Amino acid sequence: MANKFFVSPSPHIHGAQSTQKIMADVIIALLPAFCVSVAVYGWGVLALMAISIASCVLFEYLIQKFFIKGECTVGNLSAVVTGLLLAFNLPLGIKWWIVVIGAFVAIAIAKMTFGGLGKNPFNPALVGRVFLLVAYPAQMTSFPAPTVEGFVDAYSGATPLAAAKAAAKKFAEHASEVADKAADAASGATAATAEAVKDFDYASVDFTGMLTGAMSGSVGEIATLALLLGFVYLLWQKVITWHIPVAVLGTMGVFAFVVALCKGGDASLLWSFPLFHLLAGGAVLGAVYMATDYSTSPMTVRGMVIYGIGIGVITMCIRLWGAYPEGMSFAILIMNSVVPLLNKYVKPKRFGVK
Amino acid sequence: MKTFPIGGIHPSDEKKWSKGSAVETMPLPDTVTIPLSQHIGAPAVAKVAKGDKVLTGQLIAEAASFMSANIHSPISGTVKSVDMLPNAQGLRQMMITIVREGDEWVEGIDRSTELVRECDLTPAEIIERIKNAGIVGMGGATFPTHVKLSVPAGKKAECLIINGVECEPYLTSDYRTMLEFGERLVVGTTILKRALGVEKAFIGVENNKPDAVAHLRELVASMGAEGVTVVPLKVRYPQGGEKQLIAAVTGRQVPPPPALPIDVGAVVCNASTTVAVYDAVQKNKPLIERVVTVTGKQVASPKNLLARMGTPISSLVAFAGGLPEGDVKVLNGGPMMGRAMVNPDAPVTKGCSGITVISGAEAHRVKESACIKCAKCVSACPMGLEPYFLSKLSRKKAWDVVEAHNVTDCIECGSCQYTCPAGLPLLDYIRLGKQTVMGIIRARAAKK
Amino acid sequence: MDILIYTVLTLCALGVLAAVLLYFVARKFKVEEDPRIDEVEKMLPGANCGGCGFAGCRAMAEALVVRDDISELFCPVGGGDTMKSVASYLGKAAPEKEPRVATVRCGGTCEKRPRTNTFDGASSCAVASSLYVGETGCAFGCLGYGDCEAACAFDAIHVNPETGLPEVDADKCTACGACVKACPKNIIELRKKWPKNRAIYVSCVSKDKGAVVMKACKAGCIGCGKCVKVCQFDAITLENNLAFIDSDKCRLCRKCVNECPTGAINIIGLAPLPKEPKPAPAAKLSASETPAAKPSAPEAVAAKPSAETPAKQDNAPQAAPQSVDNKQEQ
Repeated sequence: MANKFFVSPSPHIHGAQSTQKIMADVIIALLPAFCVSVAVYGWGVLALMAISIASCVLFEYLIQKFFIKGECTVGNLSAVVTGLLLAFNLPLGIKWWIVVIGAFVAIAIAKMTFGGLGKNPFNPALVGRVFLLVAYPAQMTSFPAPTVEGFVDAYSGATPLAAAKAAAKKFAEHASEVADKAADAASGATAATAEAVKDFDYASVDFTGMLTGAMSGSVGEIATLALLLGFVYLLWQKVITWHIPVAVLGTMGVFAFVVALCKGGDASLLWSFPLFHLLAGGAVLGAVYMATDYSTSPMTVRGMVIYGIGIGVITMCIRLWGAYPEGMSFAILIMNSVVPLLNKYVKPKRFGVK
Repeated sequence: MKTFPIGGIHPSDEKKWSKGSAVETMPLPDTVTIPLSQHIGAPAVAKVAKGDKVLTGQLIAEAASFMSANIHSPISGTVKSVDMLPNAQGLRQMMITIVREGDEWVEGIDRSTELVRECDLTPAEIIERIKNAGIVGMGGATFPTHVKLSVPAGKKAECLIINGVECEPYLTSDYRTMLEFGERLVVGTTILKRALGVEKAFIGVENNKPDAVAHLRELVASMGAEGVTVVPLKVRYPQGGEKQLIAAVTGRQVPPPPALPIDVGAVVCNASTTVAVYDAVQKNKPLIERVVTVTGKQVASPKNLLARMGTPISSLVAFAGGLPEGDVKVLNGGPMMGRAMVNPDAPVTKGCSGITVISGAEAHRVKESACIKCAKCVSACPMGLEPYFLSKLSRKKAWDVVEAHNVTDCIECGSCQYTCPAGLPLLDYIRLGKQTVMGIIRARAAKK
Repeated sequence: MDILIYTVLTLCALGVLAAVLLYFVARKFKVEEDPRIDEVEKMLPGANCGGCGFAGCRAMAEALVVRDDISELFCPVGGGDTMKSVASYLGKAAPEKEPRVATVRCGGTCEKRPRTNTFDGASSCAVASSLYVGETGCAFGCLGYGDCEAACAFDAIHVNPETGLPEVDADKCTACGACVKACPKNIIELRKKWPKNRAIYVSCVSKDKGAVVMKACKAGCIGCGKCVKVCQFDAITLENNLAFIDSDKCRLCRKCVNECPTGAINIIGLAPLPKEPKPAPAAKLSASETPAAKPSAPEAVAAKPSAETPAKQDNAPQAAPQSVDNKQEQ
């Protein structure tokens, strides 16, 4: 008989999903943001990404070959995604060797030491970024003006979040000065600040610009609209579910709204303050692409929602009361550490049990 | 449109290969082999010995206990042997071999095609006839139907659900049965309703079979079957699972084992089984033949065949054009839950709804890689389990942990493994864990 | 300067406080335990294999100390010597047990047992065996996916990719029984360990009838019963078409080896008995036709290899001398 019989337990067919396809989909989803970035910052972005991706892939290849001595895993494209996301989180114009160090930390320390894809407890790209942020704070926070002439004139050295933070700090210092002087702290402070130092004016922020890339920041985080386009693609391809991004962004919005409510002030703050926080910095990039990293996010829907809420709250706390203007990276890493606990205690709903 | 509450997948249904071909009657086989265990429960006890003459429809093996089923001769001829022979999986099983001599039926079986609608029997009489005819669940689970219909004391059936979902890809035997034997199905449904003493009956059909839904609705209306509703369901695997179907149709979830569907007042019966019930009760015909789909992407002419039990599967495959060249996986059943065969000469049995031939590259499993914790298996599981975890722990033989995480809830639908991007053999290990844990539970119960 | 002094003092005070606290906590929550348990645990091999029936060496040590009669307890890894030293330390009677070794009772190599299909599921004997007959026609034989190898904590059993069968390294084997439990086909048995790792055993567990066995495998026991008749020590029993040699009764007389028509009786570390008539090298050449096989000493076989015998049959006699060599090297 010309037939060769194969036998295996059921099921005998397999869906179209594969690790490689998922990673390719993430890369495709990041393309629009990449294009906007190139349009705003020029071809330097491409070089930055090339260095980041190349070093990530190279480190993974070398470690897999010489230390783990296993099958080559570069083909699953996960190292490419890590490299791409790391580059998205860096400012343009950063020294090339800093990028390589970041890639080394991301791949060698955050990923391969735990056994590679699927076993790392922390998001590799974020570990790389946070390492660089702590090790090279100056380089990591100097954002150059875009090279494309006359595109937008809204760029300055500081990101919107940094500007807001600086203004808020000044505002608070001034308020406490006034409060010290005045006998009646509460009424005196409010009255005095209103004249002297103005808080950051959220309502007059160029929100359209923030959606389309007219904001200062890391190369990948500036084009919120493009990132959301990728989010839609990921949902369509069923790579991720909506739970984590919506939980993160929803929590941030609600949190900001409550803070705005407590602040008092005029009504425009109630919408402009949450919107500002949702669009500024790495909120969307983090919520859609970083927080949803498979191996560092929970396995159950309920777990994902708790995880998302945690990220939202921590991010807002760091942004409003922490030392750094942006807290997304730290928030995700902190919640990453909670994931094993969530996996252990938050179980899916069992069929037939109320 | 209705469907079940959690999990599920959407595999390509692949019904196009055989859905268009009307049921053909297989030529009678020269020799049949009849396993004594074609159902869940105790194997039947052979009533014939080597050299005995038997007639078509004659009882050749008797139910060994309540949880067992009668077996009848599908042909007339001489018993050649009662011996251990390899089944489809190559494992030896007690089988009766009969060599055919003509096709002479026992007295009392109504072989006319005339539809008999009226049934004045009492529920007990109906169940007795079903039991005598040796009817078991023909969707694949092979649970004796008379056991299902005998509602235990203290419990009450509220509705009957006829399972015409056929969510397995490729298979079309129930579909063709519903289209071609719809009248018998509707009468069978009213008989089952009567046997259970319920007011309501639902026929659940997935909406990838709109013609079957329309046809059955028309029949129900024209035949005046009271209390019978045809329920179209949103296509989603594993809708044909008993618990999933009950949840889809009634919205009630059967609690975890040891609870049974009757605990939520439902009794589910497969469409082909319902037709067999009609034959048994109205025509006095035992279960000796069934519709078997022979299909596959590279099968020359996929067919729906009405074959006698015990016919070698290889002859059905040959009738449909034979096996394609090269690598093949021949499945007894559909590709999601069917069992791969090593012995194509094994016989058609009561639970054999189809023969699916998976060929070429599809005959191989996809390559395995590391789990990326994508959680797709968790969201695909219709029972709300964590397949990645159960699989990993079963692999490590941590049976107590696996048990604590409800491995016995698993219905082995394969959704987790289908959806796994890393190509992990999740269900292989979960099934192993389930079997081991069930053994441990049984041993524990025996100790007490 | 003040700051420095205060700092040092504060730290010292904290340290003292912590020390006092820890001392009282340790006193309060101290668990009284028989100090001999620690000592006995040290004497045990520390493999935590579970071969004794306890969860680990600690649990075994506790049982050894607590129980008055330790004759039921035995550490298969440490063996008689360990048990003796433990018993003398505790002043109890040492349990005596003959050393045992895991033995794989299947001779269905890739060549003798042709594959009829390819298993494509999870690479696990337990999974395959619960699914179907296996890649060959034999429902009893070794599946070869190495569940035994995975279960072994001592690196003593390995599946040989050429034969598809596991091989036991008798010197490393501690007879803990992990592989016996892991094998879903119940092929592995703990048998009496003879000096120099000598062994004679029926290398088949098939309960099928002779004809079925022969169809599936050239090295199977067909249940002919010739070995039973020739055995002078009542060591061989025949049940369900299968011969079994009780290793506690067998005296390694080797008579049965020559009787077996299929070569299912394996002989290791010993030369088979020279048979009266002419020594023919190809013992299994015409196994099925001539029941009384005529083996010769392994040297003779090795000296007359493939030249005139076809490769298929050649493999069988060579297997024996190979295993002899292995054992002698170790």
